[in-house]
Amino acid sequence: MRTFLGMPATAPPGVGHLRGEEPFPAAARRALGDAQLRRNLRHATTTIRTKSGAVIGEVPDWQQLRAAGRAIKADAMARLPELLEQLEAAVAAAGGTVHWAADAAEANRIVTELVRATGADRVMKVKSMATQEIGLNEALEAAGIEPVETDLAELIVQLGHDRPSHILVPAIHRNRAEIREIFLREMPGVDPDLTDDPPALAAAARRHLRQTFLSTRVAVSGANFAIAETGTLAVVESEGNGRMCLTLPDTLITVMGIEKVIPTWDDLGVFLQLLPRASTGERMNPYTSMWTGVTPGDGPQQVHLVLLDNGRSAVLADQVGRQALHCIRCSACLNVCPVYERTGGHAYGSVYPGPIGAVLSPQLTGVADNASLPYASSLCGACYDACPVMINIPELLVHLRAQAPHPKSEAAAMAAAAYTMDHPALYAAAQRAAKLSKLSGPRGRGLPPPLSGWAASRDLPEPPSQTFRQWWAER
Amino acid sequence: MRIALFVTCLADTLYPEAAKATVRLLERLGHEVDFPADQTCCGQMHVNTGYPDDALRLVRRHVRVFAPYDVVVAPSGSCVGSVRHQHAMGARRAGDERLASRAEEVGRRTYELSELLVDVLGVTDVGAYYPHRVTYHPTCHSLRMLRVGDRPLRLLRAVRGLDLVELPQAEQCCGFGGTFAVKNADTSTAMLADKLRHVLDTRADVCTAGDASCLMHIGGGLSRLRAGVRTVHLAEILASTETIAARG
Amino acid sequence: MTARDLVLGRIRAALGDTPAVPAEVPRGYRPAGSGAADLDLLVHRLADYRATVHRCAEEGEVAQVVHRILGGRRVVIPPGLPPHWLPDTVTAVTDENLTADQIAAVDGVVTAAAVAVAETGTIILDAGPDQGRRMISLLPDVHVCVLRTDQVVAGVSSALARVDPRRPLTWISGPSATSDIELNRVEGVHGPRHLHVVTVPRA
Repeated sequence: MRTFLGMPATAPPGVGHLRGEEPFPAAARRALGDAQLRRNLRHATTTIRTKSGAVIGEVPDWQQLRAAGRAIKADAMARLPELLEQLEAAVAAAGGTVHWAADAAEANRIVTELVRATGADRVMKVKSMATQEIGLNEALEAAGIEPVETDLAELIVQLGHDRPSHILVPAIHRNRAEIREIFLREMPGVDPDLTDDPPALAAAARRHLRQTFLSTRVAVSGANFAIAETGTLAVVESEGNGRMCLTLPDTLITVMGIEKVIPTWDDLGVFLQLLPRASTGERMNPYTSMWTGVTPGDGPQQVHLVLLDNGRSAVLADQVGRQALHCIRCSACLNVCPVYERTGGHAYGSVYPGPIGAVLSPQLTGVADNASLPYASSLCGACYDACPVMINIPELLVHLRAQAPHPKSEAAAMAAAAYTMDHPALYAAAQRAAKLSKLSGPRGRGLPPPLSGWAASRDLPEPPSQTFRQWWAER
Repeated sequence: MRIALFVTCLADTLYPEAAKATVRLLERLGHEVDFPADQTCCGQMHVNTGYPDDALRLVRRHVRVFAPYDVVVAPSGSCVGSVRHQHAMGARRAGDERLASRAEEVGRRTYELSELLVDVLGVTDVGAYYPHRVTYHPTCHSLRMLRVGDRPLRLLRAVRGLDLVELPQAEQCCGFGGTFAVKNADTSTAMLADKLRHVLDTRADVCTAGDASCLMHIGGGLSRLRAGVRTVHLAEILASTETIAARG
Repeated sequence: MTARDLVLGRIRAALGDTPAVPAEVPRGYRPAGSGAADLDLLVHRLADYRATVHRCAEEGEVAQVVHRILGGRRVVIPPGLPPHWLPDTVTAVTDENLTADQIAAVDGVVTAAAVAVAETGTIILDAGPDQGRRMISLLPDVHVCVLRTDQVVAGVSSALARVDPRRPLTWISGPSATSDIELNRVEGVHGPRHLHVVTVPRA
């Protein structure tokens, strides 16, 4: 029993937001028809690519930092049990309490019970991918506890009864006019003359949340980094909502994926240089908070850390796939991805969209539950170049395609093709026979699916009168 | 120099002109071209569609066919990328260490055309003549897997009569991606639409690239639009001379 | 079996026979201590992110600067703030366990700093006696931060080497801002909307 229980496990279904309701191509098709979404995404991703490129260009040792970032993460994964135990001891020594959660349901239960124990019926939240992943908001609401998202983009998503579509900017699919409409509709007491000027929208959020910050006794956060050596947790943010949540309440509960641990304090310097430039395109984000357990007289006096597995151990078990755990959630790969730019994040189904989502989500859930995601890429490689910790996303996509369930007809065709191509005489005969467009009408328009998808928008070439090898033989 | 041509299955079957041009060009430059007839396909389609086991027999064949040669050239960045980056990895994952090291050897000696010309043969002016307005699309695998950089552009700039115009947002993928163009045809088409717009914006007569696969995609879109812009493989431009141009 | 044992057991099983030796980390990047602590660069970076910088020739000028920014208004100060930094024209409230509401009700805050990073335009507070609890530099709308030039370091690695991880640390790079609307940076959300950095020569 012990052996069985101790085996790496994928994230359970039925809780959290790692699985989509339909395959990527179907969801993408709908998104591609939304002209407003396309314009919003193109504008936002073009903006961030330009900004990020400029500040990365200022750093003379960017490639050395990337190489170090990758190696530090690989080292951390190889020593994960020891580092987590070290982190746990350091946090406990500084007055914090560490909890372990095998999956989303257990993490939600732990957080709910911790909130209940304080008597609070409302929590404020710092933007956190881990809590989105596990569906914490739904779990808290079911327990009669109101979760208030305080990050501007998360607030836009929450007020709009929407779903996040980007790791860093969950409301990237909304433009300023749409945000104004959501605020006018959903924000109690909002100025009816609110304009769509971004500073005015930011000011509206400031007024809206001010009293929440001052009166809420419990906060829930994620963590960008946890340092095993010191027990320090770090949250990187922009607006100050993070600082509010991390310093004003009595109780702070941090939910963190086990892969966020890094070995030493010095290692943090590498990631604090990589993350802001790769994510928001800033030399440094406006605010970074670091705390180590409890500081008497300053900040929350009850500090909890929930260490979350929820499929990560299964990712770790794949020696090729485990590099997806190196991700520092900067979203640079989303911003450079031609597929993401056109489909947006919702098409990926999971809270982790874009290239990293296409390799992380299927591994967390098991490939069968997200089988279309590894194919949601043209393998153009822009994500690998942009990744600040050099995750070889194209390699992972191909690796996961091999694990995906294949349609029987496709598998048979592939095996037949490989057999033919392994026999040059058969291959040459097949070439002569395969005058595809002759078989299928002019320019391939009569082809059966899935090849008809090609011919819907593209002509097939006229087959030549002679293959190269025929020409060579007659030469 | 004796150079083996790795023709690639796509050029062999659908774009023989690109392969013939590669032969003519190298012979014009004074080299001997050999075509090992037992070659078929590098297996990239199988690997990238999720069939590494099927691909393995093709990797084995490719390594066996090309192992005897000191220099191998292919008119395709994508297929060279597969040979250089996927073959050894696939062999290693299948537990065949011997095949992996032989594949690495072959990979080291296999060059994409512009790499061969600039790095191995040391030429940028190949004596070509091509009196057309041309824009160049740097295909993703040439650009990001092989890092061919500006080698193709240096070759094109040296072509007499050629008016080279820069392609806006050149580094954006055309949306081909092999199996992607079929499995995610809608997204692929959306990517292609932007690429076509940029090609048309250049007012070029010809769009060129080092990969027949991407050219098939872009060319298929241009043909459907009846845009009047042709796609021509880089090898064909470099093989073109005043004699050939005069012949039409 | 506890959740802790379960999770750790799974991770150990996932790693299998992989030896738990530290991987070699290539540290070819610029180490702590390299590069010059360039005050001009810091000033440029701060201004680039919409902080206002005031360069004083001597410490005696600080009170004048604070007067120009916050004269006639109420400010909160940490217990260890040098008193001569404050002009007579401000009403200073020392933070001796003030409530959040009391702090939020004042107009500004004056603090010292622990370290500043030139390359990124970052001020680091470590909650020392002249900087105070984290919340006092958060709730008021104007933050005046006095920085000694010998507190400036070149880069992030050097800064980490100077601060104590056991203290609560706040890294501040400009006034509060957001990139959440169309991925453009907009200043002024929940934290102070006005950040003034006053530099004084080393003590």
